[in-house]
Amino acid sequence: MAYVPLADQDNEADLHHPHSWVTKYVWSQDHKVIAIQYGGTAILVGIAALMLSLLMRMQLGFPETFDLIDPNAYYQSVTMHGMIMVVYMLTALLLGGFGNYMVPLMIGARDMVFPFLNMLSFWFYLASVLILMASFLVGGGPTGAGWTLYPPQATLAGTPGHDMGIILMLMSLAVFVVAFTMGGLNYVTTILQNRARGMTLMRMPLTVWGIFVATVLGLFAFPALLVSVIMMTFDTLLGTSFFMPAIIESGTALDHNGGSPVLFQHLFWFFGHPEVYIVALPAFGLVSDVLSTHARKNIFGYRMMVWAIIAIGGLSFIVWAHHMYVSGMNPYFGFFFATTTLIIAVPTALKVYNWVLTLWEGDIRLNAPMYFAIGFIFTFIHGGLTGLFLGNVVIDLPLSDTYFVVAHFHMVMGVSPVLVIFASLYHWYPKMSGRMYHEGLAKLHFWITFLGTYAIYLPMHYLGFLGVPRRYYALGQTDFIPESAQDLNAGITIAALIVGSAQILFFINILWSLRNGKKAESNPWGAASLEWQTPDTPPIHGNWGKELPTVYRWAYDYSVPGAKEDFIPQNMADADVEMESKSD
Amino acid sequence: MMSESVVDGVPSGVTGLVEDWASDKQAYNVPWGKAMMWIFLVSDTFIFTCFLTGYLNVRLTTTEPWPLQTEIFALTLFGQSVPLVLIAIMTFILITSSGSMALAVNFGYRRDKTKTFWLMVATALLGASFVGMQAFEWTKLIQEGVRPWANPFGAAQFGSVFFMVTGFHGLHVTGGVIYLLVVANKIRKGHYDKKGFEIVEIAGLYWHFVDLVWVFIFAFFYLL
Repeated sequence: MAYVPLADQDNEADLHHPHSWVTKYVWSQDHKVIAIQYGGTAILVGIAALMLSLLMRMQLGFPETFDLIDPNAYYQSVTMHGMIMVVYMLTALLLGGFGNYMVPLMIGARDMVFPFLNMLSFWFYLASVLILMASFLVGGGPTGAGWTLYPPQATLAGTPGHDMGIILMLMSLAVFVVAFTMGGLNYVTTILQNRARGMTLMRMPLTVWGIFVATVLGLFAFPALLVSVIMMTFDTLLGTSFFMPAIIESGTALDHNGGSPVLFQHLFWFFGHPEVYIVALPAFGLVSDVLSTHARKNIFGYRMMVWAIIAIGGLSFIVWAHHMYVSGMNPYFGFFFATTTLIIAVPTALKVYNWVLTLWEGDIRLNAPMYFAIGFIFTFIHGGLTGLFLGNVVIDLPLSDTYFVVAHFHMVMGVSPVLVIFASLYHWYPKMSGRMYHEGLAKLHFWITFLGTYAIYLPMHYLGFLGVPRRYYALGQTDFIPESAQDLNAGITIAALIVGSAQILFFINILWSLRNGKKAESNPWGAASLEWQTPDTPPIHGNWGKELPTVYRWAYDYSVPGAKEDFIPQNMADADVEMESKSD
Repeated sequence: MMSESVVDGVPSGVTGLVEDWASDKQAYNVPWGKAMMWIFLVSDTFIFTCFLTGYLNVRLTTTEPWPLQTEIFALTLFGQSVPLVLIAIMTFILITSSGSMALAVNFGYRRDKTKTFWLMVATALLGASFVGMQAFEWTKLIQEGVRPWANPFGAAQFGSVFFMVTGFHGLHVTGGVIYLLVVANKIRKGHYDKKGFEIVEIAGLYWHFVDLVWVFIFAFFYLL
């Protein structure tokens, strides 16, 4: 007897729809509701992290002006800003949010294969966020160890939050890993096992490919974080010495002996580097779909794009020590990791070429999502090129720990994914809410954000060349840094404050449009992929009504020669495609 | 339009494999639960690999000598010190439990509910006795003064790694025992009569994995 899992059952009558408000919107097992819960939480903590970065900028731009930012508060802001943005905002929003919303809709499934586990995933994520936020309330405040949490300093008395703050941070990360694993198992299994009839792997939209490979990376990379978190917790609470060498602190020898701080760095970056691609790959996928839809052209080199995603995913596991050139590891490692780092630039550059070639001779519709998508190509090229500098050992050594590094990673994995997130939120807003957003406001939001990020990060490269070190609370009097660097810092701060407050435009836009936006048609952009072909907008529980869709083509049939419409939906059979009459 | 063309220069067997894997539904008819368990186990493999790599690393960096396992893990039987005897029995029991689990999977697919139930219970009991012996080993070492932060035999990291790695594995075995009992009980109640008995194999995958991990811990920590 063939075994038909619940998620595979075609018949709508077999679905159990939730009846009460609580099971519909709170303890919901519907992937779309979970996605919005995930995304909403991620955006809220993202705002908190944005506030922290503005506090830091105020201190850097105008030192000795604001009383509330003392050195401890500054380091705590640096740490929490970094950790929240990378893990609790970007990862959660791209995989928990977009992963949950897009995967079942794009592959033509009714839901994830294991909805209950999916629901648990969100509640564990929420718990991890609450634990993290609790560290703001405990004595000593949150940890100020820097987002990389390097031991031994993370747990030594000189670091703010060395008692409770670091423990809460480690606990929160452990819970997050559990949450991610539960969600990630669902995404991967759903994509492998639960695709609609005709949806072969090579017909999936690139969004699904990006989310798929990123989730696999997460499932293999987060274990390293979990293990380093467990070991560090033991070091702190039980007095073990995994990461702690013999240390003399204020004249007294600590009870630690024989541990290896570099081991932590290896474990952390074995997670940390794939983490960059856990954030980047879903963004690559989403932006490919937005570009292709608004350029009314198929994505250039689809197969190449898929293999590039897979190659980047594989390579991302053997480049981690390029974060550690100055850690004192064996110099031969630097040679190896510099080589792999430059190799990973090849598939990445290939993707950029393909995005540009997708635009080439396209029938480009300059809607707001397209603005953000094209903006992403700029910022990503920019951040990618500076990555080539930092990937080489000899060039990295003088630039390491300067603002050049800060500028690089903010361009490549801060601004770029965020631009894609905005592009995607505007692009799919009509499907998620059933309303159109306000176009003018969205474009204003784009220009301030896009130009503003350049005003912030371009000067930072220059500060880096001057040798201005990162992580410093205040520069003070330093011979090799000219006084004009302070003016530059003040300028960056003003730009950051403007960009930060301009994000209000986005929230006004989506909240206002929820009520007052124009009613959206089911497929306002004329997109070919499956999520736009749902019978209801926004899609209801079960997604597809009575019958699951059947897929006849890939997701990029735009401007097909001879066809009457400039797009052919994935679920339209060849026989149903209206052709232009051949009379002329 | 996308063509499913055969790529030039690639042997047809390879393209056939790729197309099978890429086909629209379940080419190999793997139930999603089994696929999910496999993916989880690969992820869990990374956890144990990181633990063991970390262990090998601190064993190299620690400045004090590593204790001799043949002496620490010895039991005095009939007035003679026998090295590694307890751990040998534990390993034997865990491997035996994999055998009974494999039989349970077999009888599950034959829909012999009684035998499946009792074999799973036997597996769980063997697992529980493993955990019990581990508790005995922990107690003995703790009485001898081994602590996570220090021990009288040499490098402090010995105790740290011992409690962390065997503890984490012991939690996996304990979880597995509970999982097996829950599934066995559901089988007895006829919960899977309609759905099919893949669940036995899925539980079995987890159990064999925990067993396999033990082999590596045994080799790297007790023998090396």
